[in-house]
Amino acid sequence: MRWAVIVFPGSNCDEDARWAIERATGDAVDLVWHTQASLDGYDAIVLPGGFSYGDYLRSGAIARFSPVMQAVRRAAEAGRLVLGICNGFQILTEAGLLPGALVRNDHLQFRCELCELEVVSADSPFTAGYQPGERIRIPIAHGEGRYIADPSTLDALERKGRVAFRYRDNVNGSLRGIAGILGHRGNVLGMMPHPERAVAEWMGSVDGLRVFTSMRVWHEARAKGGVEVG
Amino acid sequence: MAEAQVTVWEPSAEKIRDERIYREMGLTDEEYERAVQLLGRLPNYVETGLFSVLWSEHCSYKSSRLHLRRFPTEGPQVLQGPGENAGIVDIGDGLGVAFKMESHNHPSAVEPYQGAATGVGGILRDIFTMGARPVAFLDSLRFGDLADPRTRWLFAGVVSGIGGYGNCVGIPTVGGEVVFDPAYQHNPLVNAMCVGIVRKDRIVRGTASGVGNPVFVVGAKTGRDGIHGATFASAEDPNAKERSAVQVGDPFLGKLLMEATLELIQTGAVVGVQDMGAAGLTSSSAEMASRAGGGMELWLDRVPVRETGMTPYEIMLSESQERMLVVMERDKAELAFEILHRWGLDAAEIGRVTDDGMLRLWFHGEKVAEVPVRVLVDEAPLYDRPAAAPATLPGADAPAPTPLTDAQQAAQALRRVLDHPSVASKRWVWRQYDTTVRVSTVVGPGSDAAVLRLPETRRLLALTTDGNGRYVYLNPRRGGQIAVAEAARNIACSGGRPLAITDCLNFGNPEKPEVMHQFIEAVEGLADACRALGTPVVSGNVSFYNETGGQDIYPTPIVGMVGVIDELEQVVTSALPEDGLTLIHLGEPDFALDGSLYWQLGVGRPAGDAPRLDLEAERRLQMLLLALAKRRLLRAAHDISEGGLAVAIAEMCIAGGVGARLRWPEPVADAAGWLFSEAQSRALVAVADADVPQVLDAARAHGVPALVLGASGGEELVLADPAGTWLALPVAELREVYESAIPVRMDAPVVRERGSV
Repeated sequence: MRWAVIVFPGSNCDEDARWAIERATGDAVDLVWHTQASLDGYDAIVLPGGFSYGDYLRSGAIARFSPVMQAVRRAAEAGRLVLGICNGFQILTEAGLLPGALVRNDHLQFRCELCELEVVSADSPFTAGYQPGERIRIPIAHGEGRYIADPSTLDALERKGRVAFRYRDNVNGSLRGIAGILGHRGNVLGMMPHPERAVAEWMGSVDGLRVFTSMRVWHEARAKGGVEVG
Repeated sequence: MAEAQVTVWEPSAEKIRDERIYREMGLTDEEYERAVQLLGRLPNYVETGLFSVLWSEHCSYKSSRLHLRRFPTEGPQVLQGPGENAGIVDIGDGLGVAFKMESHNHPSAVEPYQGAATGVGGILRDIFTMGARPVAFLDSLRFGDLADPRTRWLFAGVVSGIGGYGNCVGIPTVGGEVVFDPAYQHNPLVNAMCVGIVRKDRIVRGTASGVGNPVFVVGAKTGRDGIHGATFASAEDPNAKERSAVQVGDPFLGKLLMEATLELIQTGAVVGVQDMGAAGLTSSSAEMASRAGGGMELWLDRVPVRETGMTPYEIMLSESQERMLVVMERDKAELAFEILHRWGLDAAEIGRVTDDGMLRLWFHGEKVAEVPVRVLVDEAPLYDRPAAAPATLPGADAPAPTPLTDAQQAAQALRRVLDHPSVASKRWVWRQYDTTVRVSTVVGPGSDAAVLRLPETRRLLALTTDGNGRYVYLNPRRGGQIAVAEAARNIACSGGRPLAITDCLNFGNPEKPEVMHQFIEAVEGLADACRALGTPVVSGNVSFYNETGGQDIYPTPIVGMVGVIDELEQVVTSALPEDGLTLIHLGEPDFALDGSLYWQLGVGRPAGDAPRLDLEAERRLQMLLLALAKRRLLRAAHDISEGGLAVAIAEMCIAGGVGARLRWPEPVADAAGWLFSEAQSRALVAVADADVPQVLDAARAHGVPALVLGASGGEELVLADPAGTWLALPVAELREVYESAIPVRMDAPVVRERGSV
């Protein structure tokens, strides 16, 4: 399986994501510069955390105009896997690949800590390795992670099983405690917590591993013609 | 780009002399005379500016240089000692650790967010200019009483500024300390440390060598911000100064600059790199030329500026952030431009290396300054300022500490000490820092030392900062010794071997003999301990004039220490992991309350002498801790320091969520000293039952007293003596006090302990 981790100016979890994916899956991972216009040949695309363009305007608001984002959009439309973590999630919402927006935490502070999450939908390429309702621990590290959307969007997300993760203890004031959501076809996931920071015992949790291994299992099955994206 | 010729209205050399304009720039009459004499003529306006910043306390260390020579700076582990952008020590496997700590006190007192943020940005550049990949930040902070609203503003702003820069550049902030004492009410201390990793054969130094090699300014455009920041940092009462002298940071640009510089260095075409920090282009150009023993000439009209009409004086003295001076090999300039442009950075060739020993500045074809580099750097004034010891130690006449004779008093005293913001949990601080980016944080904030894994080796880094101004105030020499000893003990308690230190020496006004005495004695003390523990000083800085309205801060030397741990399995933390472990007190028992927080809280000021310290006993204790860690015999270990034995065991319980029952072997009449003595060279360790004989044998072999005090387990912390129970408090209650102290004062919701991240 071929993985691309996109590097925007100001990305700072790109190397982390590469390291964690290699550790979790054994696959090789390429870092892809934001000016690259094509992502042909990659089975999964990861938008990592960081502060793209300093996030001075609005998190992810500039990065969405990067040349590579057209390729990300095409990949998503083609049913390939797209995972946005933290700043990557913010970029995906700015780019319109996921609904809603991520705004300043309700307590107005940056917050970094190990967080307990509930796996809401275990029926996606990213979460199939978890049990529905399972409680897992994955760190957050953000100042602008409060998920908001209008009530009908929130209702639709919940009705269609597109809420992937929810905070057990709402750490940033996200509406309905949402920590991660799926795109309408299920092949795009945006999440504020950092699964790449929970892949080894010494990190305090290995619960992030299954995001990456689930993606791999799904891809293998799809390659054999077993699964299709809903 | 066509640029109009700028008409510069500057006072003539004669006018500068006659009207003593140099005084406004910070030069004394004697210093100005010295400059005139060395130059052999009257300096013009630009030249007077060069002298004023390079001869400022901040750049020249004129009051401290003489005494800093006392520091041991050599050892087999030292790859780079003081005098460079950062010091570097060898950790084996072909790797060096570059590290340095620097103060940003004065700017932070005026503009806490930007002051702290640019402090972090500046120390970051010091590390990557050595060719090292930054891997961690630590911050040592001092503030006044949190009951003061302005102190809360300073505290919140500084923490937010540190996070604002550090989080954005993607380097974890993994440790540090925060202390609150009225002595820092008007002069908060912000000392930022950065640590980086470099291959030994890839170290780059700040040297401008190779005649004819081009000199580039890279990064941000030069503006009018921070002009005379270095002089400002060397003056009393920053509050009387203008906020405009504080620079503004751009962490995004800092991140790009870091990546581009590291990539540039990889090409091998870089001769030297220097951060443009304090005194901007002036100090970076003079220092780079000085280290190479050569000269440099600069065409200042080629420096990219962000404002029109900037004069040579302003360009030379600007402290605009995120700029660096880079000397490349001739003919490799294109390579540099290509890399820098890919990262979207500005770069301009602004000068060249010469061999005539002159710093020569041109502006639109006109020579605007010509001064020998040697005169600016090596001939800076050197002061042996008078020092005078006080007649008696300042804590000698304090009223006796309040005795604790019943259980209720003891419980109340422990609650009070745990509720003191200096002791209480700093979660409110570090949860605002990204502590886990770079996926290397094995032990984050809250334990004795932070521990980081390195992808290049099995070895791990142990990092800590330490310093107790109260101790140094009470007894400068011993206080200096304790700063190093405690830092090293923190490393040893984490399973590491201490390697070397960086230091920030924060003091009051050196023109006062009593402050100078504190400084000289504290430096001696630091040097004593560095020699005893084999940890040389490889970098650091001095911050004087931390005084307001004639009131000086406590003399506060802060030590940043780096140690190495052989492998992951050898890492020890302070958290009690489970029930049934035996708790052993290592080191000489001592009930003296000298210098303790307990005594200070009782009488309202630092009291007694500094705590007892025996450097030889300290060394033996640390050797023992390291030996036990290497043999995997420690399940937890914690240094007994601020707040004494009671706080040490309470912190171990709170961190692990496990209770403990300790019984002192002899009857205790007054529990105050037993619980709260801060006597040094002691640690509390938790070991498995089966390992107790081995641990006691090892302690005997190392000549360290060992006392089995009890065991972990249950929901309570119980402290008893043969006569009965002194104290029994639920761990949940201790945690509530410990965790809520700072959030309550900062009017923020309390966060529950959830294990370490």
